Amino acid sequence: MRFGFFLREALRALRRNAVPSFAAVATVLVTVLVLGVFIPVVQATTGAANEIRSKVLVDVYLKDDASAADITRVRRIVEDETPGVGSVEFVSKQEAIRAERQSGRGDYYDLLGTNPLPDLLRVTPESPEDIKQVRDSLAPLSPSGQRTVIDSSIGEVQDRKENTDKILSATRVVKLTMGLLAGLLALASLLLVANTIRLSMYARRREVEVMKLVGATDWFIRWPFVIEGVLVGALGGIAAIVLLGVVKVSLVDPLAKDFALIAAPDTMNFGLLVALLLGAAVGVSALGSGLSLRRFLRV
Amino acid sequence: MAATERHIRRRAEPAPPRPRVVGEPVAGAVVDLRSVSKKYPSGDVGLEDATFAIHPGEFVFLVGATGSGKSTIMRLLIKEIEPTYGSIAVAGRDLSEITRKKIPYYRRNLGVVFQDFKLLPNRTVYDNVAYALQVTGGRRREVREKVPDILRLTGLSTKLHNYPDQLSGGEQQRVSVARAFVNHPPLLLADEPTGNLDPETSVGIMQLLYRINRTGTTVVVATHDKAMVDRMRRRVIEVSQGRVVRDERVGGYSGQEDTREFGALWRQGLE
Repeated sequence: MRFGFFLREALRALRRNAVPSFAAVATVLVTVLVLGVFIPVVQATTGAANEIRSKVLVDVYLKDDASAADITRVRRIVEDETPGVGSVEFVSKQEAIRAERQSGRGDYYDLLGTNPLPDLLRVTPESPEDIKQVRDSLAPLSPSGQRTVIDSSIGEVQDRKENTDKILSATRVVKLTMGLLAGLLALASLLLVANTIRLSMYARRREVEVMKLVGATDWFIRWPFVIEGVLVGALGGIAAIVLLGVVKVSLVDPLAKDFALIAAPDTMNFGLLVALLLGAAVGVSALGSGLSLRRFLRV
Repeated sequence: MAATERHIRRRAEPAPPRPRVVGEPVAGAVVDLRSVSKKYPSGDVGLEDATFAIHPGEFVFLVGATGSGKSTIMRLLIKEIEPTYGSIAVAGRDLSEITRKKIPYYRRNLGVVFQDFKLLPNRTVYDNVAYALQVTGGRRREVREKVPDILRLTGLSTKLHNYPDQLSGGEQQRVSVARAFVNHPPLLLADEPTGNLDPETSVGIMQLLYRINRTGTTVVVATHDKAMVDRMRRRVIEVSQGRVVRDERVGGYSGQEDTREFGALWRQGLE
């Protein structure tokens, strides 16, 4: 009976204050819509950045005369005795030249007549930041500034330094900017919703005052407002999610087949996103209504 | 009037026994102010050393110019503000002992009528009055039974489903009186109830308040119209610059006139 009464009160308030209610619903709708577009974009971007970061590699070239036993020994050293190593991939001379042929440069090698490409151990560090450590332990710097290798069968150790540095700093900037933007956007959404609620509350502060004078307890006044907030949040949230769903099905999904970025594997799945957005919309509206009422309850 | 009679009958029934706090003073007065002072944070003195008592069934005029302290007394009585010094007891309860959380429950024992009506603009006449019952946890049946009764008593039977902005000032004030009275409080406070009304309408409101008083409810009416209250042959408490300067029964106070005579007195005052 009590809940029914509060619900009817909330519905009455929504109906009788149609314009402010609509404004609140629209605010929630726009906010959720923007967040709903932005969150996957941020995730896809950082996902793409992560993918590029995973391409940071150390190449360990072996000497031409290295035997199968030498290769096995070096591989063991790299895998077991070098800190910071994630995974190791062996690329043989033959595999290397096949890859070159596939990318259309076979003719140059035909001219040479022999295969100049060395056997190669491609080392992926555990995390991109470990790359220096991996290189330094495989080819420590000698006091004279030259690099020496730790095994006689290793020809050279290369970390594609220039590329690596670029990638590392670029992805860091992308991640930072996106994080900052996401934070600002979330803050702006919160302030926008809170402000809309405060305004509609302010318009009704006299009503609250009268209720207090008639002898209503704080929670008796507050419940209808909180339920109203839940309804506004749910309405705006659901409308925004329906719109997002339509855009996803009609625009994003067909494109995802052609563009890897959109289909980035790290992107949150749609169901979770919907649940998160709806929860946030309802929670913020209800909490906002309940809290901004506090000021007017002091009669 | 049937509704009035039903109300009188209801009041005649013994009230359910209330648990008495040990040591609570058994006072006869409905309102008891003892050397009450109120200084506002701004430095203004709202009330200074006011002492008076109002007894059950009285009809009291509280008179004074604007800014004299009438409204301070009213606000003190509904515990909207706290006295700086002194003690206030209503129906034997010391107001200083009522915690902030308990204030709503205390206010349900008061009927309050304001100059500006203070109706809920989003509710019909019926719902405005029903709200006062609903806050006390009144069941739907109780609401359906009592609200039409009280609206008949105040002469609003035909306006049940109108919103306040569709009513005249006099009608709005009747709704406000109906809301104040629907819980049958032992004390009804009216702060300038006729302040916003034309003279002819004010007669109706005063008659209504008097009719309520005749059912046994103590009624306190604050007004700035000194000449008027002098004719009304009622108890008059006059405040001036925060002090009680007069507390007397004017003329042949009988309390036995009927509503029409009371209205006639008020009307004479208007002329």
